[in-house]
Amino acid sequence: MARIGVFTCWCGENIARNVDVQSVAEQAAHLPGVRCSRVHKYMCSDPGQKLIRDTIAAEQLDGVVIASCSPHMHLKTFRKAAEHTGLNPYLVEMANIREHCSWVHPERARATAKAVDLIRVAVAKVRHNRALEPIQVPVTRKALVIGGGVAGIQAALDIADAGVPVTLVEREPSIGGKMAGLSETFPTLDCSQCILTPRMVEVAQHPNITLYTCSEVEQVAGYVGNFQVTIRKRARYIDIDKCTGCGQCWNVCPSKKTPSEFDYGLGTRTAIYAPFPQAVPARPVIDRDACLRLTKGRCGLCVKKCQAGAIRFEDQDELVGENVGAIIVATGYQLYEIGKPGEPGRIAGYGEYGYGRYPDVISSLQFERLVSASGPTGGEIRRPSDGAIPKTVVFISCVGSRDNAKGLSYCSKICCMVNAKHTMLYKHKVHDGQAHVFYMDIRAGGKNYDEFVRRAIEQDGAHYHRGRVSKITQEDGRLIVRGVDTLAGEPLTIAADLVVLAAAMRPAAGVEELAQKVNVSYDEFGFLCESHPKLRPVETNAAGVFVCGACQGPKDIPESVTQASAAAGKVLLMFSRDRLYREPEIAHVQESACAGCFTCRRGCPYHAIDSAEIRDRQGQLVRRVARVNPGLCMGCGTCVALCLSKSIDLEGSSEQQVYAMVESLR
Amino acid sequence: MTTPASNPPAGEFEPKIVAYVCNWCTYLGADLAGTNRLEYPANVRIIRLPCTGRIDFNLIVKAFEIGADAVLVSGCHPGDCHYTSGNYHARRRWILFRELLATLGIETGRVHFAWISAAEGKKFQQVISEITSQTRDLGPYRAYREICEICEV
Repeated sequence: MARIGVFTCWCGENIARNVDVQSVAEQAAHLPGVRCSRVHKYMCSDPGQKLIRDTIAAEQLDGVVIASCSPHMHLKTFRKAAEHTGLNPYLVEMANIREHCSWVHPERARATAKAVDLIRVAVAKVRHNRALEPIQVPVTRKALVIGGGVAGIQAALDIADAGVPVTLVEREPSIGGKMAGLSETFPTLDCSQCILTPRMVEVAQHPNITLYTCSEVEQVAGYVGNFQVTIRKRARYIDIDKCTGCGQCWNVCPSKKTPSEFDYGLGTRTAIYAPFPQAVPARPVIDRDACLRLTKGRCGLCVKKCQAGAIRFEDQDELVGENVGAIIVATGYQLYEIGKPGEPGRIAGYGEYGYGRYPDVISSLQFERLVSASGPTGGEIRRPSDGAIPKTVVFISCVGSRDNAKGLSYCSKICCMVNAKHTMLYKHKVHDGQAHVFYMDIRAGGKNYDEFVRRAIEQDGAHYHRGRVSKITQEDGRLIVRGVDTLAGEPLTIAADLVVLAAAMRPAAGVEELAQKVNVSYDEFGFLCESHPKLRPVETNAAGVFVCGACQGPKDIPESVTQASAAAGKVLLMFSRDRLYREPEIAHVQESACAGCFTCRRGCPYHAIDSAEIRDRQGQLVRRVARVNPGLCMGCGTCVALCLSKSIDLEGSSEQQVYAMVESLR
Repeated sequence: MTTPASNPPAGEFEPKIVAYVCNWCTYLGADLAGTNRLEYPANVRIIRLPCTGRIDFNLIVKAFEIGADAVLVSGCHPGDCHYTSGNYHARRRWILFRELLATLGIETGRVHFAWISAAEGKKFQQVISEITSQTRDLGPYRAYREICEICEV
């Protein structure tokens, strides 16, 4: 390639202030392979782009270097401009003389010299660029949604309503997630189940939704548009097609002492059970660790009682394969493990609050069950230890959140509103009771949110104390909460009947394993990483995989639902095209040189390298070589660095290009 | 005629520093340093690669061959890699090859490794400033150039 055009931009004053653009252009004109060098005040503007297009045509350029801003800013713009003249867009490169030069080096002579160097590097690279065509891949018009909480339900329904088949996988026996266990929701105090359960039923009845409960994603293979997913359906021991959900079985089950997961241990359940009355599917499940028949071979009362003959003790886990084009991860959250002894890798502090030691110290999700009409107390607020109605309740914010020393550095975002809601729900049920809240700051950003907190304080008389609680002890059946009111500047001790800890939101258990299966990165806390925090909030860096809800970061119901619809929209957008186009800057193998050691395969984070067979004319196997799957390769180039014979290379950052770039700095 | 690359003004030693950075974290960190107008010495020349996992150790040796006085390899923090795990490869390679470089007689103090995220413009500024001043103290990397010259003879 030897007819390269260099286009240097003034960027108004942005570049020209510290870089002598004219001198740069003159020096660039003499670089090897450069045919012409032009300048413009604003290269990205219409006249600037026209200059580029006209020059490409007039000078018959076969390579272009734009010396202006960051390629993350305008590489696409300039590649498109080149494409308009018929020049392959991958023959355009940029030299970043603004962010990396004029903006950071005020000394004009040195900035100018560096700008020339940066152009020198880009010219050296573009000499070895090759014309590339985008990779086309077919699309399977079917989506997988992982997690059946409110986010997963919303995403699945949106996609299904658009006429696209959806597979919804839920780990628990019922969909509904955390929201199904809430009593009422802020800031409207409408009943959580009343808004959610109709949506759950809609999922169950939707002709476009295939629902797998008690199921988990075992394996994900393939690539954007063409994923092969293996789902493990755990043994439910119930034939859900035969079962009518009448409830005879759980009424006779003698094993009644298992703590209920749905009530967060505040109540108990039988071994054969439906997690809650409005469960979807409205079918029971047998807990294989609690069932007397499955553990000891005795009992079988449920079998005798079941008229439908739906109980199957011989049930086994089943693996189901599904082909989908896109995946939405909506695995939600769990609460911070308060005071639990620290297993390796687990975060747990606040043993001084006595959670787990004093029965009347509970978490905010447990309090939801105490207030809920479907909860273990039937909606009456009675404390777990003796069933008495608590007259003084202390709510503590930020248990685990915003605490670098023994918790998590981030704000869990919902707890301020949850606490305000709890004080109101409490006051509405226990009129002579007094709620106290210990808080660090009140963060009530959102429509009608701050008004809601004001209502809790002004109408329902909650006492808000700005400060932390240092210790909770038990004396004569009451909990002594010792804290500080920093606004009054004095220590504060409250004798409470019940203490509710607003524990931090953490990503659901097992999200890291799932993230690795779908190749999505996660942050230090386990929250999944979106592509761009502002502009690509539901996309991930794995093409075709989207995120929504609390698995991506702490958020409340409205935000989860919004994000779920956004993710569904992105999936539908993807499905609106017959074929997908991917960046062609990926790895490829020179098969004649490949020794077949497969070091590259072990290093590839995307499992994009297959073993291909080379056969002679008689069909005899000669040898095996590595071959890159263009649908899977994301172009990181890890394989290139690993390859011992240098027979694998990366388009766009080939060995030749990179060495030429370094060499140009000699 | 073009001037030779990296023109040190006569008299004062201006180190030549080659930085191999990944496209998604450190390159964007450097962009952010620019957006925030965080000044740093103009001695660094960035080579943009998709991922630190792409960086072969030969590239580091190559940088010294063309006369670099120091080399920086910088990518995403552990767990943040755009490609999931390329930075772990880079880290492992770095641990292994540091010993090898020392055996080869390359001053390992001239090879730097840093995690700089897209949000750490300030850190980019600090790292480049530190490396530049350290390299200034170390002086030109004559030893390697001498080896190259002997080889060429």
